[in-house]
Amino acid sequence: MTDRATPPMKALYQQLILDHYKNPRNRGELEPDENTVEIHVRNPTCGDEIRLQLRVEDDRIEDIKFLGDGCSISQAAVSMMSTILKGKELDEAFGVARRFTGMMHGDEGAAKDPALGNLRSLAGVSKFPVRVKCALLGFEALQEAMKKSRGGRPG
Amino acid sequence: MPMASPATRPTPAPGPEVRTGPSGERPGGSGPELDVEAVRAHFPILHQEVNGNPLVYLDNAATSQKPLAVIEALEGFYRRDNANVHRGLHELSRRSTERYEGARGHVASWLGVEDPGEVIWTRGATEAINLVARSWGDSHLSEGDEILLTELEHHSNLVPWQMLAARTGARLRYLELDDQGELILDELPRILEGGRVRIAAISQVSNALGTLNPVAEIARQVKAHGGLVLVDGAQGAAHAPVRIPELGVDFYAFSGHKMCGPTGIGVLWARRELLEAMEPYQGGGDMIDEVHRDHSTWAQLPYKFEAGTPNISGAVGLAEAVRYLNAVGAERILAHEQRLVRRTMEALEAMPGIRLFGPSDPARRAGVVSFTMKGTHPHDIATILDSEGVAIRAGHHCAQLVMKRYGVAATARASFYLYNSDADVDRLVESLATVQEIFG
Ligand SMILES: Cc1ncc(COP(=O)(O)O)c(C=O)c1O
Repeated sequence: MTDRATPPMKALYQQLILDHYKNPRNRGELEPDENTVEIHVRNPTCGDEIRLQLRVEDDRIEDIKFLGDGCSISQAAVSMMSTILKGKELDEAFGVARRFTGMMHGDEGAAKDPALGNLRSLAGVSKFPVRVKCALLGFEALQEAMKKSRGGRPG
Repeated sequence: MPMASPATRPTPAPGPEVRTGPSGERPGGSGPELDVEAVRAHFPILHQEVNGNPLVYLDNAATSQKPLAVIEALEGFYRRDNANVHRGLHELSRRSTERYEGARGHVASWLGVEDPGEVIWTRGATEAINLVARSWGDSHLSEGDEILLTELEHHSNLVPWQMLAARTGARLRYLELDDQGELILDELPRILEGGRVRIAAISQVSNALGTLNPVAEIARQVKAHGGLVLVDGAQGAAHAPVRIPELGVDFYAFSGHKMCGPTGIGVLWARRELLEAMEPYQGGGDMIDEVHRDHSTWAQLPYKFEAGTPNISGAVGLAEAVRYLNAVGAERILAHEQRLVRRTMEALEAMPGIRLFGPSDPARRAGVVSFTMKGTHPHDIATILDSEGVAIRAGHHCAQLVMKRYGVAATARASFYLYNSDADVDRLVESLATVQEIFG
């Protein structure tokens, strides 16, 4: 990042975010079987979209993949989310989703929670209300996917 | 409700003469080229800082800013003349009615039409198009009939026709776009040959690409095959000269807010005999002649299509906007926008990774430049530009068919108007350099 960018832009577009945007982790498709669920979400106002697949065995996320098209915030957030959630129990994953949503709505305690890992680099998005929806898109897909894998039971 | 009968309503007066600038001179100067600094002085909103930088407003295709003349006309109306129209027998109601009908007359003469009864006030272009799709479409179309649209249309000029097609069984046909963002007219004769196109709905100027469409030529061909033509003038009325008789169309829809007027006011113009044969769009006060227990009769034109208390101040403000733009001169404004487009395109073509959409010849467009930047999503571009005070739009611009045609989900769009300057273009280009530095 160079000196042209203003401090708010530096806080928003951190290297970690740009890295996940340019080199998304867990991007791709799972071979569907009886343990995989798939959810497709779109933000109709901006057209960003994410197709998220989970393989859930014994209430644990065994594998996670996504395909998506959208801004750096939505795509980096889903990429980071995928690295953190692989291997997590569904209950833990619901907890991460709640913490991340809290952070997006300005909860400073959540922004310090180690459970969020790299996702904490997105804390600056909370200062850009129009971009909060971008950051939450992947988690929206996650929550729908987890409900679906539990046969409709919410977290 | 003491309502004057239609017969005693004042005949809409022809509009007053074009007023010149605040101190009597022509706004925008008297030379062949627009004096942008003089114009900018008329727009108070432009003189502010946004995120620590002077505002550069390049989202004019979404909505335009308002000159003092319009702001003061609205204020003056509410300070002195406000009352309901066509109703009270008191002085303020008389004044309010006079200003409302005077505005109608003024807009009619600006459009080049003689009969102010053909000018229907609506909420905007969207409502005007829906009015036609309902009032004309429902009673004139049936299975086997065709509605001709284009891939370039704003959702406002697509969805009402899709809904009409679903109600009536009519079929939608499309004129397609070439790689340059121009409608492929060669396909038109083949589409019309079947003799089933009852109406064509086309935009005069594309909000997504800026393309100036050959509406008069399309209208000539469609009408030769017995179809009617509706023009979506939401961008056209704001950015191109409009003389309805020269366009040779049947319906013309536009919005005040895109052309320096207030939001919530727009116009449907249509030929009188078409309007006479159409049923009202909405029922209510002001649109009736006689009301009985089981039926009513309709007021004369244009009131038949104006149910309820209208947007009176909006009409007054729109007429003032028309007066202002007319004094500046539509040709001068378009030429100015095309100069800015040329400057922008030249700068962007020199930047790595930029893809431009729409006609490569600036003379083929109004003031719109849509682009993408490799490796950077349009929303990120817009956020970074905003941090430097540069307002652009990023997204599908309510033209998803255009996005699909060019295989993108979104573009960034800078759109110009009479008050934008070369310096605005340079600020845009500088801020795009920041974007490239951040996204590397
Ligand atoms: C080409 C075009 N048509 C129609 C519309 C709809 O105008 P409004 O939202 O004012 O009704 C717009 C504005 O966004 C437009 O650009």
